[in-house]
This record gives sequence, structure tokens and C-alpha cells, in this order.
Amino acid sequence: MATTAAAAAGIALGPSLLSATPRYLATPGIDPFEEDLAAEALGAARDAGASYCDVRIGRYRRQQVSARERQIQAVSDTESYGVGVRVLVQGSWGFAATSELSKAGVVKAAREAVVIAKAARTLQRRPVELAPVKPITGTWMTPVMKDPIEVPIEEKVALLLAANEAALKVGKIRFANSGMGLLREVKTLATSEGTMTTQTFIRVGPTFSATAVGGGDFQQYNEELAPRGSGWEYIEQLDMPGNAAKWAGLAAEKLGAKTVEPGRYDLILDPTNLWLTIHESVGHPTELDRATGQEANYAGTSFVAPPEKMIGKLKYGTPLMTIQADRLQAESLARCAWDDEGVPAEQWNVIEKGTFKDYQTTREQAAWIAGLTGVKRSHGCSFADSWSSAQFQRMPNISLMPGDKDIGMDDIVAATDRGIIVKNRGSWSIDNQRYNFQFSGQVFYEVKGGKITGMLKDVAYQSTTPVFWNAMDMIGGKKSYWLGGTFTDGKGEPGQVNSVSHGCPPARFRGVNILNTGRAS
Amino acid sequence: MASADGVRVNLNSSWQGNTRFATSQITTSGGITDTTVNVSVTVGKRRASASTNVLDDASLKRTVELAERLARLSPEDAELMQELGPQQYAKVEAYNEATASLAPDLRAKAVQSLMQAARAEEGSAGELAIAGFLEAQAGVTCVATKSGLFAYHRATQVSLSCTARTPDGTGSGWASGGARDWAQLDAAALGRTAARKAVSSRNPQAIEPGMYTVVLEPQAVADMIPALAGSLNARQADEGRSAFSKKGGGTRVGETIADARVTLLSDPADPELLTQPFDGEGQPVPRRVWVENGVLKELSYSRYWAQSQGKAPTGGGGGGGGGGGFGVPGGLKMVGGTKSTAELIASTERGVLVTHMFYIRPLDPRTVLLTGLTRDGTFLIEKGKVTKALKNFRWNESPLLMLNRVEEIGVAERTARGQVMPALKIKDFNFTSLSDAV
Repeated sequence: MATTAAAAAGIALGPSLLSATPRYLATPGIDPFEEDLAAEALGAARDAGASYCDVRIGRYRRQQVSARERQIQAVSDTESYGVGVRVLVQGSWGFAATSELSKAGVVKAAREAVVIAKAARTLQRRPVELAPVKPITGTWMTPVMKDPIEVPIEEKVALLLAANEAALKVGKIRFANSGMGLLREVKTLATSEGTMTTQTFIRVGPTFSATAVGGGDFQQYNEELAPRGSGWEYIEQLDMPGNAAKWAGLAAEKLGAKTVEPGRYDLILDPTNLWLTIHESVGHPTELDRATGQEANYAGTSFVAPPEKMIGKLKYGTPLMTIQADRLQAESLARCAWDDEGVPAEQWNVIEKGTFKDYQTTREQAAWIAGLTGVKRSHGCSFADSWSSAQFQRMPNISLMPGDKDIGMDDIVAATDRGIIVKNRGSWSIDNQRYNFQFSGQVFYEVKGGKITGMLKDVAYQSTTPVFWNAMDMIGGKKSYWLGGTFTDGKGEPGQVNSVSHGCPPARFRGVNILNTGRAS
Repeated sequence: MASADGVRVNLNSSWQGNTRFATSQITTSGGITDTTVNVSVTVGKRRASASTNVLDDASLKRTVELAERLARLSPEDAELMQELGPQQYAKVEAYNEATASLAPDLRAKAVQSLMQAARAEEGSAGELAIAGFLEAQAGVTCVATKSGLFAYHRATQVSLSCTARTPDGTGSGWASGGARDWAQLDAAALGRTAARKAVSSRNPQAIEPGMYTVVLEPQAVADMIPALAGSLNARQADEGRSAFSKKGGGTRVGETIADARVTLLSDPADPELLTQPFDGEGQPVPRRVWVENGVLKELSYSRYWAQSQGKAPTGGGGGGGGGGGFGVPGGLKMVGGTKSTAELIASTERGVLVTHMFYIRPLDPRTVLLTGLTRDGTFLIEKGKVTKALKNFRWNESPLLMLNRVEEIGVAERTARGQVMPALKIKDFNFTSLSDAV
């Protein structure tokens, strides 16, 4: 299902209005038991010497159902419930988390967090200062009509088996896999500054792949079924049983596809592929913690550094390139009302008409660049993937805004003399400063003289981020915008995953290096 | 529950204490405790599981009832294997008290010692920015079935990695270490190594991408080999969709697939590995020699596929076999040679020394072709000596094909994440483009 730019701009729908819309499920309130626990933890942290404390109580319910050919491989239902306490002691962070949800348990965690902060303070060089935020009390829920966790398991099983059955009827298809990951997360945040919020997040992630075998070869096709911050109704709209034969047919067609001739081509990226390129080459380099060395030991640093030489100066791409960061976009995975520091969700431009403007920030980070951007508040990018994880800077939805002209993929193809279309995500890899990348896809088409002339295989495109974005010369309009995303954006030590969406229209990039990744000799 | 044909309970209890540092100060640190109970219920040929970390009687009862309800609603699984009865396991002592109680102040002191040692190597490079991560873990895993199986394993693990970067942004070095026993970790030595690499990797020079002889340090080897181990799945090979499928049917077991000096094995009881001796179903994980003297000896069999093919199961079912995510249960070890990394360098006429790899992704399962990049210390070797720092490379290479181009094998060592790998000298390693990343 396409999410239009109009929906993307649907930010006027505030939390209270959405929860009052009759067709959506009602927003759960703040649990008095959790409110009491949080108060205990806040008090214990204060008494132990914390100048600031936040308490996050999270209850995560996940369901996984997966099917292989004509059988169900796994049905699982998991619940995780616990509390994470984060404190500041004389400008140093400490964090402790426990699944023991009693007054004694949370008090112990709060005191442990203070001990940890005091140990960290022995090596302090720059005390943490938090950007101001107005305390808030409120609740919010992902607008959904059907809670996916509550849908009968028989319905889920039947849907997957029907999709696999349809795929297996296609010639040369030997294997079919489908599945779904479903989440309901209830998160309560209380801070020593007076914030008290409870948010309920619903996310669904379907998957489908088919494998064709023939002529001594095998080829797999993965359909790009975007995970979304949506209810079961999104899974129904995808009509996996009705589309599976079409998807499986692409796996069979790949067996006969022509292997690509390496060289330079005009590259036409479908939104089902481009969203991930945006994630890797724009989303991660514009994280302020990467630019300032906080992630140096793991995910890496960024070529968008130092901030004083980049903000308002770096020509990231052509004037067609405007990148918006957003935590309000309908159906997106990073949508929320407040982040894990109680900062209200907002949207802002990271890149405007090709020029880099601003980073992603938390309360701790805002002051680091406020003198350069004039923005003193946090952009609300603090997030933890579990009650047991300390929140840190995570990516909001980062999207390429559609162009002014009302054009789509067909128009771009018609205007291209020698090109290659790439659809869906394949293999992806990018260096630790986000310069050199190599991405692939699931299906590729050759374009000659403004027409698609056949399917290709073994295609990967390799480029360097600024060169690539400065080669973008065509971009689709609002009608061609589509929202992709992932549940598994990894960062941090210990590692955390982030759910994030990226929207974009199709776009063309001139003279990109194409590799052949077929059989190595 | 009395009406269920099979019940399995998996209990995992864990503690983690971590200290993260960057820009030469501690940034975040934490302590986390959690215990999760997972219940799998089998009714005839139907199975489902439910888990919770809320351990009061009512929550546990609700979880058991949920698992049973889901099982009864699930369709029959033709490949379902009934839960196991009592089993015998190898004795594996992987627990160390000092690691299990590593306090925040001791972790901070270790980080301080690492930073001091690193700063002592700065020389004229200027003040290094030090980042890293120290993590101690202790955990208990239990598996029990209604049929009388009971398995118990406890383990500790501590790892420390660090990156040093020069203030001019042109040099970066990295080092890491890991052990079951905290006392075996030398934080200062890791700081020194990372700092020396950072200082000596400043102002890297570009050389043309292409085929080069490489000396891969043990961590660089450990970064690539798990993808090969992950391709050892017997079912994938039998079904014709693996690098180990034989053309026309069957598998490549018995064929020479690598240099005759290559031996790759998994063994929970190996003193250098010490991994969990059972998988999530309670199936014992035996010693398995996957590749012996270059010959593919075994593939990895689930219980179902082993039964259907008349083979012995190798473990790995039921969600976790203690393999540490290296593609097969039982840890991963490549038998080493006798030469140090320095000796491999000394015997190299012209080549590239690689510290470790980054962002490895699969390109083609038919050849286990991967792509990735070098990182944090890439150097040119000329006439047996490291002569200059090089810009990083992207590579497109297969660990399987690479093991056919082995020139020399170094001494094996335990890497931070628990694999045991040697340094390797490889001919014609395929660097495909340059990266400006430092």
C-alpha cells in the first residue's frame, strides 16, 4: 500500500485527536501500579544523590508466525516486562534495569544506577547538560483498527499457508516462505522533572519469499513488504494470498534473466530499493552522536563532520534533494507522541534543496550544536529498544520528499536512454563513515531507448555518498511516494535495534558504477 | 497440561554489567538482570511456544495456558519431532566468579588503565580520542521436558574492545579481547595496540584496488568465517540451494573444498571454546569437524532432517545452541599453525595487512560470496615489512574460495566474541574499490 505525501504530511493529526477518532482502538491510560513504581524509583534515585532521573517501564508482547511451503514452522508468543532507571549524578550517566517489578526491585535498580553513575564520573571530561523540555502528562497509541496480537492465530496461519500454496503452484517454484512479526509495546515514562506518559505502539511486519530451482541454478525473490506502525488491517490490505503467485513468478523469471554487463549506467531506483539507500547514506551519517565520535568503536563515525564545517555548508546532493526527519508520519515505524526523554515528536529538514541543515539530536546533544543551528531544543531522537536498554540517539523517520512535477517511474524510464531499474532490497553494505556503499536488489530491469527491454540479474551498484546524491537528476512526484522501513536498524553497544521508516519517490542517478556479483571464478 | 503430549521449558537467567566510553570518557554504563521462561507445548503433531519474564504463579500459569491454546490452534507440523527424554552432556566449566561480579568501579578502572596506556603511545600525533566497550555477562540456561530431560549450563563472558582515533581524523586503530575469566583480559595492552595502530595509520595512501596478497589478522578471519559455517546446513545442500550442493543432486561431503591445511571444527568441550553443550531442545551438541585437511567432512543436521536422511543430529534446534551466532552450534575453531602474525608479514613480498572487517553482507549463496570493508588499520607490506598506511578497501570475496588460496596459517587465538581463529595469508584477495572512511 502506498503512503502518499499527503499522508506523510498528516502531522496535524495530534495524539489527542487521533485517539478520539471512533474507528480506532481506544488509547490505554496510565497504569496506577506503574505510576507508583515509578514514584518509588524516582524517590530512591533522588535520595541516593541523583540530580536527574527517568524511569521507563515497558511491557512488550510479540508474536511470530512463520510458514515454510505447506507447513507452519513456528508459532511463538513472548512477553517481556521490566523497568529501566537512568540517573545523572554530577553530570555522569548511570543505568540499571530489572525485571523485578516490585517496590524493592525498582529501589534496588535506582540505587545501582547511582553507583554506576558515580563510577563513570571518575573519568568525566564534560558533564552532561540536558536541553530544557516542558513536563507533560499524557497518553498516546498508534492509530489502529485491529490489534494484531488479538487476531485469532488460525487466521494468521491460514493467510500464510494460502500465500505459500499460491506460490508453489507457479512453475519451477520449489520453496516458499512467509511469516509475520507482530508487536504491542506499552511504555510508561516518568521523569524527575514531572513528565508522566504512557504510549502504546503497534507494529506489524509481514515477509514473503519464493525460491525457483532449475537448470543447475537457484534464485530467490523477496517481496518488499514494508513493516509499518499499523494494525492487522494493513496485513489484510497487502493480500498476500492474492499476490503470492505474481511474486513467485519473479523468482522463476530470475532463472532466465540475463547477467549484467558491468559498467556505468543511469540508475533508476524504485522506492522499494531507494528507502534503504536513504537509511544508510543519509539517515546514519546525520546522527549527531556518530558525527562527534560517540559511536566510533562500533557503528563508526560520519563524513558529515565536524558540525561547524557542515551545517549550512555541505552540498549533500542536487537541489532536488530535500530530506525530512519526522516522528509524526502516519503508519511510520518511528512515529510517537514523545520520545524516551519526554520530548514532543516533531519534524524538521535535515537537508534542504541539497544543502545539509541539521542533525538528529537528544536532550544531551542539543547544546552541542545549538550555536550553529539556533535550535536549543532536542529534536526528540532518544529511544531505547527495551526496558532493559539505556535510551540513546536513534533515527527518526528520514524521508526523501517528492518532487514538484507529477511524474512517476514510467516517466523516468521514458526519459532514460541506457539504464537499469532496481527494485526491493538485496544486499547492502556501507563503510564506517558512510562514504563507500554497495547495494543490490531483488529484481533488475534493463532500460534502452526509454523502454524496459528485459530482466537482469547479478546487479549491484557501488558509489560514494556525496557523488551519488549529486548525480540525482530526476525524481518522482507525490503520487509515486512509498514508505519502506525496517524493524532491525542496529546501533550501539550493547547492540539495540530501532524500528524506522523511510519514504521516497523513484529517482534517477546518472552514471553509477554497476558491478556483476554473479559466480566468482 | 496433563493432556499435552509434550512440554518443554527453557529458562534463561542473565546479568550484564557494561561500561561504554567515547571521546575519552565513560558515556553510558549499566547493569541489567532478567529471567525468561519459555514454554513449548506439543499436542500430537502441533506445537507452539509462549514466554514471559513475569515469574509470579499467575503469570506462569497464563503462559503455559497460552502455549497450549496456541498449540491446539496451530496446524499439524509434518516435520515435528517429539520432545527428548534424558540425555548425557559433555561437562563444560565456563563460569568464573570474578567475571560474574565485576563491579562498576572495577570496570571504570580497567577503562582508565586502557586509556592511560593508549595515551602513552600518542607521541606527536596529538591527543587520541578513545572509544570502546567493556561488557561482563553471566548467565544460566536450563532445558527441561515432560519426558525427563534436564540440562543446565552456566557461563560467563567478558569482552573489551577499543578504538583510538587521531585528532587530525586520518588515523584509526582498533583492538579487542575476550575471555571467560576477567583476570585474563589485559586492558592496557588493548589500549596500546589500538593507539599504535591509530598513530601508524595516519595519512593513508591510496593504491589501486585489485587482487592482493593479504595478511588477515585473527579478527579479520573471524569476521568472515561464520558466513561459511552458516552455509553448512545439510538440508539447504540436499535441496540444491547451497554452495555445498552437488550439481545433479546430493552434497559435496567428501570433496576437497579448501587448502589441505584448513581444518574447521565445533566442540563445546574444547578448552578454548567452552560453549553450551546442548541446544534449545536439549539435544547434545557433539564435537563436529566440518572441514578436515581441506575435505568437507560433515554438514549440520537438525533433528528432523537427520532422521529423514539417516544421519545424526548436530544440534542447533530450539533457538540457540551456545554457538554464539557463528552459524553452527558448539563454537567455531580453525586449527592454527605455528607462525605469529609478525612472521606472516615477514614472509610477504608485497601485500596488505588487515586489522578487521566491517559491514559484511552476502552477495551470492552459490559461492558464499560476500562484500565488506577493511577498517581501523590497513597497511601495505613490502619486502617483509609494514611500510605505509593504506586507505580502506571494499572487497567482494568468498571465505570458501579464499580458503583455496591460503599461503600460510598463523597461530590461532581466541577472539573477543569467542571464536578461535588464526591469522591467514591469502593470495589474490579481491579488493574492488577504495573507501575514504577512516
